[in-house]
Amino acid sequence: MHELSLCDAILGTTMKHADGRPVMQVTVRIGHLRQVVPDALRFGWELLTEPTDLKGCELVIEQIPATVECTECRAVTTLDMPILTCGSCGSFDVTLLTGEEFLIVAMELAEAEA
Amino acid sequence: MGRVHLHADGTEHLHDHDHGDDHDHATGRGVGDHTGYAETGTVRVEILENLLSENDRVADANRHAFAQAGVRAVNLMSSPGAGKTTLLKRTLQALGSSLRIGVLEGDIATTLDADELEGAGATAIAVVNTSAGFGGECHLDAVMVRSGMSRLPLSDLDLLVIENVGNLVCPAEFRVGEHAKAMVYAVTEGEEKPLKYPVMFRAAEVVVVNKIDLLPHLDFDLDTFLSNLRSVNPAARVIQASARTGEGVDEWCAWLSGQA
Repeated sequence: MHELSLCDAILGTTMKHADGRPVMQVTVRIGHLRQVVPDALRFGWELLTEPTDLKGCELVIEQIPATVECTECRAVTTLDMPILTCGSCGSFDVTLLTGEEFLIVAMELAEAEA
Repeated sequence: MGRVHLHADGTEHLHDHDHGDDHDHATGRGVGDHTGYAETGTVRVEILENLLSENDRVADANRHAFAQAGVRAVNLMSSPGAGKTTLLKRTLQALGSSLRIGVLEGDIATTLDADELEGAGATAIAVVNTSAGFGGECHLDAVMVRSGMSRLPLSDLDLLVIENVGNLVCPAEFRVGEHAKAMVYAVTEGEEKPLKYPVMFRAAEVVVVNKIDLLPHLDFDLDTFLSNLRSVNPAARVIQASARTGEGVDEWCAWLSGQA
């Protein structure tokens, strides 16, 4: 699905920031509401990095659960389904706190020690 | 540009040097197999950039081009076969004489949808075949739309309808510069899809519930569907329609005209 396109975007951003330096690891942070399948993302990453300087670079995926805060009872609960309801009182009047993250967080560069 | 280094003790610092100096970097966190780099350490460089920032940058440029030409753009999404093209044909027949509507047809490989719309009342139609990209993309992204836009007389248009590739997942993630996202959903798709594909249902400002002329022949429970839709997107406007019989199409056209 869209994982290959996402890998392409991660690769482009990483290469821009790496500027030719060897990258050992890239960390992305993805919320549960983003419908990204981690295994598909890793597979796409291997496929796309293979012919590049980033071949062998590890993709670390930080998955962020979806959490909501209830406007009525103020409880903060974690969603196990993508249904925006309060896990405590059942109200639909909730604010999404986390779960929509879509970030390239950081990369680990190999660096020769002096 | 300064780079932020996060050290093992949790502190971080910014520096602009080119890694040629002699100060000591702590080894980064969570480092994997570094076979072949035994004599090297690693350094963590914060990026904190949205995964789709490059797409979004082009989407913003598209939006700017729309604004300069005085055209409003609507991104029309659905799964394959939900009735986007049939609805669009009806729409062009109804509004084509009063509004100058351009259509950007996203299609993996063919011009079948564009052919279907020929003569219906569009001011201009451009086709973007997504297979020109990496192996047949299942969605339109901002770069593809930029390419399609360049073949349309934007300043001669009031409204641009971007018919996305039929798919309930990917099109929702890629902004293309549109002012509004609309969705066509067929009652033949079942009641549960808003729960299975929440990203798209959350993104849509309006959901056209299509093929309602088939309701007497289906087990589809409209109230259950609407309740599922509301649970992921309480604000979505719902228009019940049949692109085949024309029922509800006027309400959709009224919404669309309001966008122009």
